[in-house]
Amino acid sequence: MQLLMCAPSYYGIEYEINPWMSRARQSDPQRAQQQWNSLRRLLEEQLSLDVRLVDAQPGLPDMVFTANAGLTWKNQFIVSNFRYEVRRREAPHFEAWFRNLGFEIVHLPREYYFEGEGDLLKCGESWFAGYHIRSDINAHQKVAEIIEQEILSFELTNEWFYHLDTCFCPLSDEHVLFYPPAFDSYGLEVLEKHIPDLIPVAAEEAARFACNAIVADRDIVMNTGCPRVREKLEALGFRVFETPLDEFIKAGGSAKCLVLSIM
Amino acid sequence: MARSIVEISGHIIDSLILPKILDLIVNLGAEFEILDIQIGHRRADRSHARVQVEASSEELLAEVLAKIREHGALPVEGSDEPARLDAAPEDGIFPEAFYATTNLPTQVRVNGRWIEVEAPEMDCAIRVDGNAMRAETVPVHKVRKGDSIVVGPQGIKIVPLERSVPHELFEFMSSAVSTEQPKGLLIREIAETMKNVRQKNGKILVVAGPGLVHTGAAPYLVDLIERDYVQVLFAGNGLAVHDIETALYGTSLGVYLDKKLRASEGHEHHLWAINTIRKAGGIRQAVEQGIVQRGIFYSCVRKGVDFVLAGSIRDDGPLPDVITDSLKAQDLMREKVRGVSLALMMATTLHAIATGNLLPATVKTVCVDINPAVVTKLADRGTFQAIGLVTDVEPFLRELCQCLNQEPLQAHEP
Repeated sequence: MQLLMCAPSYYGIEYEINPWMSRARQSDPQRAQQQWNSLRRLLEEQLSLDVRLVDAQPGLPDMVFTANAGLTWKNQFIVSNFRYEVRRREAPHFEAWFRNLGFEIVHLPREYYFEGEGDLLKCGESWFAGYHIRSDINAHQKVAEIIEQEILSFELTNEWFYHLDTCFCPLSDEHVLFYPPAFDSYGLEVLEKHIPDLIPVAAEEAARFACNAIVADRDIVMNTGCPRVREKLEALGFRVFETPLDEFIKAGGSAKCLVLSIM
Repeated sequence: MARSIVEISGHIIDSLILPKILDLIVNLGAEFEILDIQIGHRRADRSHARVQVEASSEELLAEVLAKIREHGALPVEGSDEPARLDAAPEDGIFPEAFYATTNLPTQVRVNGRWIEVEAPEMDCAIRVDGNAMRAETVPVHKVRKGDSIVVGPQGIKIVPLERSVPHELFEFMSSAVSTEQPKGLLIREIAETMKNVRQKNGKILVVAGPGLVHTGAAPYLVDLIERDYVQVLFAGNGLAVHDIETALYGTSLGVYLDKKLRASEGHEHHLWAINTIRKAGGIRQAVEQGIVQRGIFYSCVRKGVDFVLAGSIRDDGPLPDVITDSLKAQDLMREKVRGVSLALMMATTLHAIATGNLLPATVKTVCVDINPAVVTKLADRGTFQAIGLVTDVEPFLRELCQCLNQEPLQAHEP
């Protein structure tokens, strides 16, 4: 499994585009760098994952959250159309990186917002997509045409859980971690119908970004401070690795947001 | 009844998106009819539905269409029925059952073609010139006997505002009014929008009340004017009188703005200011004669900002520049809002709402008032792209000026 990461060299809270962000509560650049290094080391050394790096760019503090760059699928890279102007300038850098790697670059119609893996996750035979806060539902239907797969769309209704990967985490074909208050009744009904084992996460651990975990086969990497989720996952036979990521939570992101899977 | 047809495609059955859209239509008070539906056979197959939405008014239909579009329902080209026209029976009287406009972009079907209605404005009628193939909104007092006016809803198409691309703050807020919003971000984005508007040579309209002078915010407005961020100013007698009183005596209603002290005989300053301008023949003349040497209106004259002062029944004086015939003031304001891309309304109820009535829904509107009711009232009048900030105007303008002084975000690009 290959992952794309971007060093937090220019990371900081320079604007406010989700409720977690406050320019009054800055991140500590040194601590952010340390936490990011630890995550990278954990992925490379303990999980033996292949981590690739894209160069950080000055003036693009959120480029560190590579999960939002787009979606890779069978040597195609579907580039994100970020909802916010402040992030839109990240796209050409990711696009250039994947082009260099030989990926075919696919653009969605400009009128549809799309924020990559942040709002689109595979579980079993289906893909699950979050829309309304960041991505548009029609963007996901375009992606469905491109990848020729079923995409089930869920309206995200809680501004604090603005991307699907902040409230929904597929662990295997059967198991999914999720935070119920981030969905509406239609979404919950669809989830119950499609996923055999839905594991709800309590509010305090959802706020520690328990759902924003990196899953690599039976290994799971997440922020510290989610003991109840950890216990449940270990009971199911997963290996759980905790690593502190508080500096990134200040911008509304954690482990999963910091990596993009290269499929 | 207003009707429109929408299409919904994709994986809309298993995801319950189709039932959700149908429920939304009903919950918003409209009705639907499924015209046809094709359901995909295999998991990856897409489904497709065509649904007719029926609402009691054009406004409700536009609202429902805008709402369900967020869930993926896209409008299909409407029917091609022509608009029905009827002649105005008298000057100042519309024909019976005339079509009342919204402030949204509107098209009308004339001689087999859809034509754009010029100058969208709410609560008017549509006057059609079939020979020139033009259509425009017309307020009731301007209609002339024999004018061709659209009656009934046939042949009318309203274009709901989309969550447009590229993203702008104004779509995403969509009339939200809250005292709880992070104001720092809002103000910064308003500053960015102002810069963008000016880069494209668009016009910014400021509508301001006298509170702006009392709170000591006038120097910030002067700063905006001097830096070309204001092209049009709407206000009443009050703003101008207080500003000129400050320019002449350093007081606003007799209170020194820099000391918060009442000047002796200070109440007379207000009236002396009016008298001085009346004597000079008007604000421009007073500036040209060197009588007024600073302040909002001094800068307006200096920078060639178009200002319209509309009178009201409680005005002192008024200044010679104040238009006391409301209809004339309204018409001049109507003329001056043409080409405006952004309206900044601060500390005024009457002028903000009057202006809100005249603006097309496509004009971005920022309403700043310490009273939430004013902000809500403006949003409720159908000012679609409105941002409301419930705050005192002085800190708002101070922070806005700071943001505009900062380097633009783009400057960081490598």
